[in-house]
Amino acid sequence: MNFTYSEDQLTYRDTVAALLSCEVTADSIRARWTSAQGIDANLTQQLADMGLNALLVPESCGGLGLSELDFILLAQECGRVALPEPLVENAMAATAMLSEVASSDLAAANQCQDTLKQIATGNASVACGHWINPYVNMADTSHWLLLPHGDEVHLVSTQTVDLIAQRSSDPSRRISKVNWQPSRGTKIAGGQQGAELWRSALNRGALGVAAQLIGLAESILRRAVVFTTDREQFGRPVGANQAVKHLLADCAVSLEFAKPVIARAAYAVANSPTRADWAVSHAKVAASYAALLTVRHGMQVHGAMGYTWECDLQIWMKRCWAIDKTWGDVGFHKNRIHEWLLNPNALMGAEHTFDKSGSPSDESNSQQGAG
Amino acid sequence: MKLTYTVEEQGFRLQVRQWLVDNPPKQPLNSFDTQKGFEQHRQWEKTLASGNWGMVTWPKEYGGRGCNLIEWLIFEEEYYRAGAPLRVNQNGIFLLGPTLMEYGTDEQKERFISAMASGDEIWAQGWSEPGAGSDMAAIRSKATRDGDEYVINGQKIWSSRAVFADWVFCIFRTDPDSSRHHGLSFMLVPLDAEGVTVRPIEQLNGLPGFAEIFFDNVRIPVFNRLGEEGEGWSIAMSTAGFERGLMLRSPARFQQAAKNLMELYRAKRNDILDLSIEDAVVRCYMDAEAYALSTYQTASRLMNGGQIGAESSCNKIFWSELDLKIHDAAMRLLGARGELEADSEDASAELGGWLDGFLFAQSGPIYAGTNEVQRNIIAERMLGMPRK
Ligand SMILES: Cc1cc2nc3c(=O)[nH]c(=O)nc-3n(C[C@H](O)[C@H](O)[C@H](O)COP(=O)(O)OP(=O)(O)OC[C@H]3O[C@@H](n4cnc5c(N)ncnc54)[C@H](O)[C@@H]3O)c2cc1C
Repeated sequence: MNFTYSEDQLTYRDTVAALLSCEVTADSIRARWTSAQGIDANLTQQLADMGLNALLVPESCGGLGLSELDFILLAQECGRVALPEPLVENAMAATAMLSEVASSDLAAANQCQDTLKQIATGNASVACGHWINPYVNMADTSHWLLLPHGDEVHLVSTQTVDLIAQRSSDPSRRISKVNWQPSRGTKIAGGQQGAELWRSALNRGALGVAAQLIGLAESILRRAVVFTTDREQFGRPVGANQAVKHLLADCAVSLEFAKPVIARAAYAVANSPTRADWAVSHAKVAASYAALLTVRHGMQVHGAMGYTWECDLQIWMKRCWAIDKTWGDVGFHKNRIHEWLLNPNALMGAEHTFDKSGSPSDESNSQQGAG
Repeated sequence: MKLTYTVEEQGFRLQVRQWLVDNPPKQPLNSFDTQKGFEQHRQWEKTLASGNWGMVTWPKEYGGRGCNLIEWLIFEEEYYRAGAPLRVNQNGIFLLGPTLMEYGTDEQKERFISAMASGDEIWAQGWSEPGAGSDMAAIRSKATRDGDEYVINGQKIWSSRAVFADWVFCIFRTDPDSSRHHGLSFMLVPLDAEGVTVRPIEQLNGLPGFAEIFFDNVRIPVFNRLGEEGEGWSIAMSTAGFERGLMLRSPARFQQAAKNLMELYRAKRNDILDLSIEDAVVRCYMDAEAYALSTYQTASRLMNGGQIGAESSCNKIFWSELDLKIHDAAMRLLGARGELEADSEDASAELGGWLDGFLFAQSGPIYAGTNEVQRNIIAERMLGMPRK
């Protein structure tokens, strides 16, 4: 048992964090709001050059071959700067889905390997239109879309679909509804295999959102601390009031008790993906509660300033509100946990906190049908 | 105690309902935080005034109906039931109006109240300053007496609807040697006076719902001072009591929202999996009722000669947190579609403006005195807990 990240993992995170904090500022995000595509093409290329898009892609396809456990640290950093580019969703859900097909016995494996190689070099990108989400973020900047038709998985060129743009309350998000026709030529998986692909994509997507929510919330909390230290009323910093301290301390508590839950979920996704549902749902719910509380309290301690367009806080708040409901909202995920707990074979109790992968008695812990 | 409406009260309700049926509000109006929407709302105020419904509690000679507070509550219930527009002149009719009635001279009432009731003059509230938010006694903007006039210099901020409003009621420091809540006076200032600059501030939804107001040697007649010089603080506190305590947010608004929430819940409950949504909607409904009951009780007490005290702070906390809960539950019911702005292709009637309401609800625990400050007031003045 060792519940720490490795030196390598932390070093890589710090490198990515350093780049993001230089390149993704509140001003640069606001500049995206008024640009045509809403992304920074230079930054997108830089992130690709660092291998981020293909972090979960096997080395044989030109990727870094890393795991979800490596990725959540980066996802948290993407949240911290409120990165508008859909790096986390695309890498965690879509690209990883292609990787799964690429390493399977499916007929489309070769095609997916080729696509992954292009993604690894930054020459292509893929987004996921998962059935759990009504809209796809920045679909128009992806070359490929993974789309569901029942259990089938289709890999569709973005040029062949109709994207009906919607306006999100978060100006950083460019969401659209996808109108498209499935065809035999676009199908890459179906049946049980398709269902499994959608299920693991859902888990990775939800995990990516959970990690981003933590980063977003930590950023809000830090801003709130700075603001309440600087802002004076009654001749002293407003943060000197116990009422204000306690609002923010509560956020810190809920965040501290979400982070290890997310780490466990990432570990489960990376090591025993077919048994990860429960852990992922816990992570998504914990991250949601912590993030929404931090949004509320973070705004509250800003007073009227936090209610303005001018104040950058809105960038983080609106992102939290919007992505909180994606990849399964709190209701969906709490329900998954509830169903699992009601399962007569549910392995409950202290000795089951961690997965004993491979031990036969754990088969009953399978998450089949728990969704 | 007698918890039934009298025959007269029931008759009054029918009269309001009938009038709203005969004069249906032209919905949907644009937001009153846009120039166009503001004028539409002003027009609606004129329509209300034409039937003497502008502010029913006012005496008939000022365009009202001399109603008591119970009748006012009934009016509000019918108003929200009809889905009528928000009141663009809420700062005027609900806050300044009652203050003028209490502290204004006959001439001042004559001058200001009818124009307020008719919607000809829409009011903004100018109390907060950059350095005086929760600590309102830190107000620095000055009004200096010069013959029959005051000369005003300084700055106000967060003044709701000041971008399009006609007048602002303010507190200024009239005694330069004073500090804290001494030496302040209550003044009425036309926003088109020379030397006034209004800088719009955009709110979370991108609309200029409030403004900064700069005063540069602005001259107003002494006539525009409400109450005596130096009485500004105590007058302001009585306005604040109305704001937090009773008039600004009548229960009907939340009862209607809770009812709308139930509609949404009925439509959605079979599609969504949320273990605690039942609990959330039932609580919202109960809390909206509790708020109504409490308000009726306060109104009755006031009608029997009582005063609004620290319990107005309880009200402020209750309604603002209720509003958050209602909108949070609605957003949970809407799920991933809740992020859609109303002009999205995929937006449908079901979204029903919940997103706008959700954003606005976030400001409830801040305006009209933050909830932290209200909790301090309750603990110290109502419960008698130590201040230091
Ligand atoms: C939508 C909206 C509309 C408004 N409209 C108007 C208007 O029309 N006219 C007008 O004059 N003003 C208006 N205001 C301003 C409002 O009155 C102030 O925002 C409010 O008084 C708080 O002041 P502040 O924003 O400066 O926050 P601050 O006073 O700086 O407070 C920041 C934080 O510190 C906390 N805090 C401060 N002091 C204490 C304390 N002693 N104990 C515990 N906690 C404390 C606060 O609760 C808050 O969480 C509006 C505000 C909003 C959001």
